[in-house]
Amino acid sequence: MEWETVIGLEIHAQLATRSKIFSSSATAYGAAPNTQANLVDLGYPGVLPVLNAEAVRMAVRFGLAIGARIARHSVFARKNYFYPDLPKGYQISQYELPIVAEGALEIVLDDGTRKRVGITRAHLEEDAGKSLHEGLPGVSGIDLNRAGTPLIEIVSEPDLRSAKEAVAYMKKVHTLVRYLEICDGNMQEGSFRCDANVSVRPKGQEKFGTRAEIKNLNSFRFVEKAINYEIERQIELIESGGKVVQETRLYDPDKGETRSMRSKEEANDYRYFPDPDLLPVELDESFIDVVRAALPELPDEKAARFVREYQLPEYDAGVLTASRELGAFYEEVVRRVGSEPKLCANWVMGDLAAFLNKDNLEIGNSKVDAAGLALLVARIVDQTISGKIAKDVFEAMWESGESADAIIERKGLRQITDTSAIERAIEEVMSKNPGQLADYRSGKDKLFGFFVGQVMKATGGKANPAQLNELLKQKLAG
Amino acid sequence: MTAPALPATTVAGLARGLAAGRWSSVELTQAYLARVTASQSELNAFVTVTAEAALAAAAAADAARAAGKASALTGVPIAHKDIFCTRDVLTTCGSKMLANFVSPYDATVVAKLAAAGTVNLGKLNMDEFAMGSSNETSFFGPVRNPWDIKRVPGGSSGGSAAAVAARIAPAATATDTGGSIRQPAALCGVTGIKPTYGRVSRYGMIAFASSLDQAGLITVSAEDAAMLLGAMSGFDPRDSTSVDREVPDYVAALDAPLAGLKIGLVREFFEKGLDAQCEQRIREAIAVYEKLGASVREVSCPNLPLSVPTYYVVAPAECSSNLARFDGVRFGHRCESPRNLNDLYSRSRGEGFGAEVKRRIMTGTYVLSAGYYDAYYIKAQRVRQLISADFARAFESVDLLLGPTSPTTAFEIGAKVDDPITMYLNDIYTIGANLAGLPGMSIPVGFADGLPVGLQLVGPHFSEARMLNAAHRYQLETDWHLRVPAAYA
Amino acid sequence: MSLTRKDIENIARLARLELAETEIPVYVDSLSKILDFVGELERAPTDGITPMAHPMPGLAQRLRADEVTETDAHQRYQRNAPQVEAGLYLVPKVIE
Repeated sequence: MEWETVIGLEIHAQLATRSKIFSSSATAYGAAPNTQANLVDLGYPGVLPVLNAEAVRMAVRFGLAIGARIARHSVFARKNYFYPDLPKGYQISQYELPIVAEGALEIVLDDGTRKRVGITRAHLEEDAGKSLHEGLPGVSGIDLNRAGTPLIEIVSEPDLRSAKEAVAYMKKVHTLVRYLEICDGNMQEGSFRCDANVSVRPKGQEKFGTRAEIKNLNSFRFVEKAINYEIERQIELIESGGKVVQETRLYDPDKGETRSMRSKEEANDYRYFPDPDLLPVELDESFIDVVRAALPELPDEKAARFVREYQLPEYDAGVLTASRELGAFYEEVVRRVGSEPKLCANWVMGDLAAFLNKDNLEIGNSKVDAAGLALLVARIVDQTISGKIAKDVFEAMWESGESADAIIERKGLRQITDTSAIERAIEEVMSKNPGQLADYRSGKDKLFGFFVGQVMKATGGKANPAQLNELLKQKLAG
Repeated sequence: MTAPALPATTVAGLARGLAAGRWSSVELTQAYLARVTASQSELNAFVTVTAEAALAAAAAADAARAAGKASALTGVPIAHKDIFCTRDVLTTCGSKMLANFVSPYDATVVAKLAAAGTVNLGKLNMDEFAMGSSNETSFFGPVRNPWDIKRVPGGSSGGSAAAVAARIAPAATATDTGGSIRQPAALCGVTGIKPTYGRVSRYGMIAFASSLDQAGLITVSAEDAAMLLGAMSGFDPRDSTSVDREVPDYVAALDAPLAGLKIGLVREFFEKGLDAQCEQRIREAIAVYEKLGASVREVSCPNLPLSVPTYYVVAPAECSSNLARFDGVRFGHRCESPRNLNDLYSRSRGEGFGAEVKRRIMTGTYVLSAGYYDAYYIKAQRVRQLISADFARAFESVDLLLGPTSPTTAFEIGAKVDDPITMYLNDIYTIGANLAGLPGMSIPVGFADGLPVGLQLVGPHFSEARMLNAAHRYQLETDWHLRVPAAYA
Repeated sequence: MSLTRKDIENIARLARLELAETEIPVYVDSLSKILDFVGELERAPTDGITPMAHPMPGLAQRLRADEVTETDAHQRYQRNAPQVEAGLYLVPKVIE
């Protein structure tokens, strides 16, 4: 039987506010346990929540960016359950009336086609604390520093049909929240994570299969692996006569499998009801207009502009707009070079990206800045050096921090454009390789490359490639 | 009780004496502390007496006065219901759960009254987590009514009412979720005021039912209430439900004449269940108001009889969630050697909460649970809307509603503990104001068989000044509020 | 509304309240009576009436400026904690 997978994601993005959603303690990551948990975060008797304006503004920013409906009236509710990382015994979230509803994002599939992924809702809520187990025999330690950190939970429609689509969608959201500067997107620190609802159904069947929810996936790789594992598990289960049960599962990256979560076995009855400590959030047009006016150029808009303005292929435009910083870097290089936007794109996506990757650096910490790279590209354009030499120069720039010009000067890499000098080198190579010359002249055209290589070697790679080609052709012809 | 007599018993009187230099705050504080100690075994009104801190605060108040930096309340002793968090002082909420809880912070009410110069004598006994109408659910034992120690003082602010009635504290803070200020005030023959929801900050007041809880006062007189309410009211940025609205000068408004005041009698309050003698006292009080120039008419609030069932859905629902934080992890009672996480929760909570608190948590858990939420919780919230609308309609034609505070006078300790419904019906006249967020008062209007009877006043939102004015004018005509139980005179 | 022993056990489990054997019949009886009592609400006609979650009509949530004003006080806050170690609140092992 042929199966179809149905996936919906619930993405949790921590909002990049300074203080918590309902208290004025810091949200910074990595502080000593419980040093950033105040009385409100600890759920002390008598304390009350007060809503952070910035969290609301950020949620609205997200809603506007996905073309969603911004609720003029939204309500916080309590989700009641007992868990040690949940100090009040309830999580303040939004249930029936979320702040953002009915938006969508477009993802690009492998075959280049575009697919619209619906976003049911995005609501504000507070993050929980953390349970730590290491080094504590028989007990768990509770750190509530994270408790009360603002989250936006972004719930997609069950529109995704494969693990790849799910990852493409998650990456899209990841790019977007960083563009909007509402989330730092740091997945290792848990700032951006998701739960995946996965089910399978016979192809052509309308009705959804029973779904399992895989909790707390905090890397794109895990999302892909966990979903693929889960799809296989469900198909095998059904084909062997079993039934998928609706449950919460945890992905174990070491074993590469998902397993049922024992702690969530008991059917939860969250007893949601409006939080009486908080009033309805009422947003007026002027608030929303101010947020709208401050929206940056969004990734899709920027990519379309790159195609239009720089005549880049869609693929390049997509890569270069993966983050706001990368797009800005690229545009700065183009602006300084003043021409050849495609060549600039190749450098940013090629050597620069490779070196960043090698040193595990973000574009913001690049050892070669936009001005430095622009100068190098300009030296290619003005024929001071060849593209090939430029690669060596770039490596030297990366390692030493020197400018392209300084390296070209110091290493004497200036390209040879003097026709007579190139001709001398060609003549020398011809005289040293009479056999190859004879073969070439008797019709072995492929040997042209051999002669190019030999001349380049003789000139230390500095001969201008175009001139060399031209002159070599003439000389070899005899 | 054998303890020193007092030079005066109202906040206003004490404040005048302090201002005139007739006595010092230290003298007053010593006198009240002596009365607290002498009465404790009989009344059990206090959970904690902060004698040392009180005397230090009194000395500081006297020094401030000597330095010319005194305000009206500087040096006046008061006491706080043990539901208000007090920094570095035991704050138990009447529960075993918090029997060892020392608050690291002050409730806004506590901080404001301290800033106004009052001296805190200690923490007053109460029904556990304010759930009760008789003060019998306290982990620290029942409070007794100074008018008859076999009887309850009412609840949940029973300690506050008994302390003021016995003049062992000049005034006390209190809280009211369904009548917990007004009903004990009535049963103890003292003045109680529950302000408009949002008038006084709830920050630091241990929550029972957040949409109904409101802090207020129990005092000897309306004038005392006016003096203290001004100091404890006002906007608090820490409480999202606190209302940002100017606090009027309640004292300045006290003397306004009542001519033209339109009083409404809620027909439904006189229909059934009201003790005949109590009704007689209420009618007599209304006659006093007519004499003072008020006009009286009957109004109807047809949905008001549904206020008790509405309340017993809404309040338990909120409490079941509010009390989930007591889990034995960060504060509060923790069971011995928990076997696992669930055992830690279930046993800590099972042991830490008393029978009535558990009953309400379970009721609330049930009405919010899947399949029952709409039928109970949402239904009750709809009826709450109807009750609110009834009040709003009534206030289109009258300024204040008058009626009984409680259907009977104080009953005997133990008489109703086994019958929750009968106990709940004690609050039949008071709950409506909480559901609608309205201010309410109870003032003493006489006795039935030697036990105090209270008259309830309910006004529109933020009508505290008018209500205090009406209560004060009545108290100028009568002296019921100045009567003291013989044993405590 | 007549609750069973099983109902009470389920509610108590959801609310994390351990009940003594002797408490169960008491709650079976009193909760049944309370639910009967509040069941009276059913008769009230409430079609088209908006549920009232809050007593003050028309008030909206106030928004707080995004400012950090708290400093570390965990040692003071943990004085009330039954069991702490290295700044952590300890609980029996959490099994996921």
